[in-house]
Amino acid sequence: MKKTATCLIENSKIILNNETVFESPAGNFPDFAKEAYKSMDLAYPKFHKMDNLSKLAFLASEMILKNEDHRRTALVFSNRSSSLDTDFKYQDSINSRENYFPSPAVFVYTLPNICVGEISIRHKMQTENAFFVLDEFDEEFLNDYAQQLIQSGKADKVLCGWTELYQESYKAFVYLLTN
Amino acid sequence: MENLREELKHKIIEVLNLEDVASEEIKDTDPLFGGGLGLDSIDALELIVLMDKEYGIKLSDPKKGKEIFSSIDTMAKFIEENRTK
Repeated sequence: MKKTATCLIENSKIILNNETVFESPAGNFPDFAKEAYKSMDLAYPKFHKMDNLSKLAFLASEMILKNEDHRRTALVFSNRSSSLDTDFKYQDSINSRENYFPSPAVFVYTLPNICVGEISIRHKMQTENAFFVLDEFDEEFLNDYAQQLIQSGKADKVLCGWTELYQESYKAFVYLLTN
Repeated sequence: MENLREELKHKIIEVLNLEDVASEEIKDTDPLFGGGLGLDSIDALELIVLMDKEYGIKLSDPKKGKEIFSSIDTMAKFIEENRTK
């Protein structure tokens, strides 16, 4: 298995294949994500509707997947905090009986695997996808899973990654595997 | 009524996260769905919540949404006639 591309996002920086390709003075993730989106010239308005975890996974994936056909690429992602960041936002909207306005647009992001769905939609992927909630990034585990997908003929490539986001803390490390 | 139309455009842009859309780009009679705004079924549900939260209108029959949410004009007219706050 070869790792053909990597993307790391943390501390307001995007590092593609060990080279910093975007850096922002933005202090928080929403502002950073908005600036990164603009810099990539994506013209994909649905990005603005995503929750922060999906934005993080989307940006990291887009850096690797853009400009190529990835309909035969599978997705195997993981993180520690699942969708907890958005779960709390949704909880806030239903906490009070007097101010009970559950948001459908927030609710749809109260599962971590929604972020791989967003990437699949963007790249017209109908391949396998999986999202694991793990204590820490386990590259060997993800690579074993990816290898099975490739060996079974279900995918030509697998985009693997760790996309962790909770409140002010975020980190994405995404990489593309091929045989 | 004109103020309400403007208010609605701003609220829709904010609630539906239409970051790339300016209020001047939404014409009063433009279709909200199936047009240039790219709204989907989740957006329709958010508009139902908006009607309740901002104007105290509970839509008991979601099927009526198609008619009410046809355009800014139809939304504003419905709100004027049914608002409780």
